[in-house]
Amino acid sequence: MLSKRIIPCLDVDHGRVKKGVHFVSLTDVGDPAEIAAAYEKQGADELVFLDITATVEQRPAIVDTIEQVASQVFMPLTVGGGVHNVADMQRLLHAGADKVALNSAAVRNPELLTQGAEKFGAQCMVAAIDVRYNDKMQVYEVVVDGGRTPTGKDGIAWAREAVERGAGELMVTSMDKDGTKAGFDLKLYQQLTAAVDVPIIASGGCGSTQDMVDLFKQTNVDAGLAASVFHFGELTIPDVKRALQKEGVPVRWS
Amino acid sequence: MLALVDYDTGNVRNVQKALSFLGIASTLTADPDELLAADGIILPGVGAFQKAMAALADRQLVPVLQQAARSGQPMLGICLGMQLLFDYSDEFGRCPGLGILPGAVVPIPKADDLKVPHMGWDKNVSQRPGKLADIFGGQYTYFVHSFYVQTASRNVVCSCDYGVRIPSVVRQNNVIGMQFHPEKSGKVGLAGLSAFEEVCRNADVARN
Repeated sequence: MLSKRIIPCLDVDHGRVKKGVHFVSLTDVGDPAEIAAAYEKQGADELVFLDITATVEQRPAIVDTIEQVASQVFMPLTVGGGVHNVADMQRLLHAGADKVALNSAAVRNPELLTQGAEKFGAQCMVAAIDVRYNDKMQVYEVVVDGGRTPTGKDGIAWAREAVERGAGELMVTSMDKDGTKAGFDLKLYQQLTAAVDVPIIASGGCGSTQDMVDLFKQTNVDAGLAASVFHFGELTIPDVKRALQKEGVPVRWS
Repeated sequence: MLALVDYDTGNVRNVQKALSFLGIASTLTADPDELLAADGIILPGVGAFQKAMAALADRQLVPVLQQAARSGQPMLGICLGMQLLFDYSDEFGRCPGLGILPGAVVPIPKADDLKVPHMGWDKNVSQRPGKLADIFGGQYTYFVHSFYVQTASRNVVCSCDYGVRIPSVVRQNNVIGMQFHPEKSGKVGLAGLSAFEEVCRNADVARN
């Protein structure tokens, strides 16, 4: 049986990890390779890098950073932000990424998922979907541009379409929960796992080990992603895995 | 010097990064002489079986790899590269493989609670004692695949349970296959690559 994956997410800005990452043992708290290595040591199952400035500034994504991380850290790496075309994907995969995540670009041009899947395989293509619950529409509405632009699209329907078009995995963030530390949006993930049969990474709202336990006990997602709680050492990967193991959720120890 | 087969497949450079991290010299080549002169050959692979066989055939590498294996040269197939070592695959219709190891490549059956592709970290269960089983037995490694190998149990070093028993490490004498990605499987995966290098070194001594 596959283990459930615990994934720290690193925001990268001009080759440096932003939001600050505070590990006691690091000499340089902004160096992506050093931070990635620290997470590998903790037992992270995968890393997600988001180039946070790329979409806004239309810069090509963080090829050098990925090259450097992939030379020192040997686990799956997913990269998102600023991926606009097949050439962007190729550069990132060539630099050492295993998967590329498409967010706004895929919503605007869903054909990109198909082009990427045909060239690199669906296992390389992650559809990153940000949703916010829309009371009027009574659906999880897809939002793009880092949550700034509502699209009127139903998130569950878009998830289905993204898979049909070639996404091999979904990384779905609840903008309602993101940053709240109030727990994952369990209802969202229950609906998603019923709608599609590709792996799903849940993101947004993790504040405690119990939130991860609830996520995996009450939904059938494959992975839980968090950023600040790991970066600031409020939670460690072993804390999370110990709690999950106690509840009978399969986790990887290395 | 290890030779990585260069045939336009995805993850070659990540394998090379892992080798260089371990201090193991390697070269990426499609040159038959260079391949046959290497201490060992690594056949990586991501993607579709048929396309990969066609890419090997384009470069006239099919007989080269078969000859290398016959001559006792150590060989490691990774992921799709492992599957290519076998007789044939049923991915998009039947397609012959390298036929270096006996067996077939068939789809992983879909089940309600088991997603296909088999993607993520799964636990290897030791099936046959030895160095590779010592490294991988009881350990998690990273898999991404939708097809799996069916072969006689004597060739299976480790397997994992995913509705069916999926051979995760296979070995017949000098030829080794890893269904997972050792270059993406942390310390355990790196230990596996080191073990292959050791096989190459020992074979080199034997060949001299």
